[in-house]
Amino acid sequence: MNCKNIVKELSNYLEEALEPSLKSSIEQHLNNCDDCRIVVDTTKQTIQIFCNSEPAPLPEDTRLRLRDALFKHLSHIRAGNRP
Amino acid sequence: MNPLQPRAPLPSQVVKDDEGSLVAAAKGGDITAFETLVGRYERKIFRLAQNITQNREDAEDVMQESFLKSYQHLGEFQGNSRFYTWLVRIAVNQALMKLRKRRPNQISLDEEIDTGEDTMPREVEDWGPSPEDRYEQTELGGILNSTIAELDPPFRIVFQLRDIEELSTEETAEALGLSIPAVKSRLLRARLKLRQKLNRYFHRGENS
Repeated sequence: MNCKNIVKELSNYLEEALEPSLKSSIEQHLNNCDDCRIVVDTTKQTIQIFCNSEPAPLPEDTRLRLRDALFKHLSHIRAGNRP
Repeated sequence: MNPLQPRAPLPSQVVKDDEGSLVAAAKGGDITAFETLVGRYERKIFRLAQNITQNREDAEDVMQESFLKSYQHLGEFQGNSRFYTWLVRIAVNQALMKLRKRRPNQISLDEEIDTGEDTMPREVEDWGPSPEDRYEQTELGGILNSTIAELDPPFRIVFQLRDIEELSTEETAEALGLSIPAVKSRLLRARLKLRQKLNRYFHRGENS
């Protein structure tokens, strides 16, 4: 196991999609290689920060235009055919 | 589901038990039920559209068109996947159309991309205390938006679907018309690039 292989298997490692023997040889490498440990940790944090981030509220004018478009469209459908 | 556990789900990520019954009611013509679904997902769909198109006006159009289209085609939704996943696929298609219209020569999602040597990480520094504790939510949101905007579309879109919308590799491949290995290689490159770009904000010593 070398640093290049760690990068190659990084996603599989983070997604826990590796065979136990490969996983353990990666972990062995991580225990001895600070650079790879940091890359694995900070990549994991990167994914978590994005994944946990809440979308901002819609700008009020955007929200109103969406409601307006839906209202017009749904009224039209209500008058005629259903989805 | 993103497997980076453990992590407590945020309210917006919890699949609400009533999604199925709301969809069924909306299919039957209950407009209030459909409006509840819109209210539940509008923020996420707008962010998705903004992250893909990088243009506010386009994002607004995409969001409107996606909800209208989903209502029109609700009868075709079979319930084999979550309603949200189905909605995301509609929004991605709308957003890609906008993007291609605006930048017809730049957007080719399926071209061969060399994801080889330059994925080797540089700037290897430990991060300080959790960025989520160090920054206000709005400030952190701004950092994330501007960072993801720096990625080229093929990487940005795959990352958006896999790691933000939490579609599976297979669902992402299908939505974008890519092979599974292509999704995986783009995702790896996107993750590493974002890590490197976020490093300038979060590395130990900065603001800690």
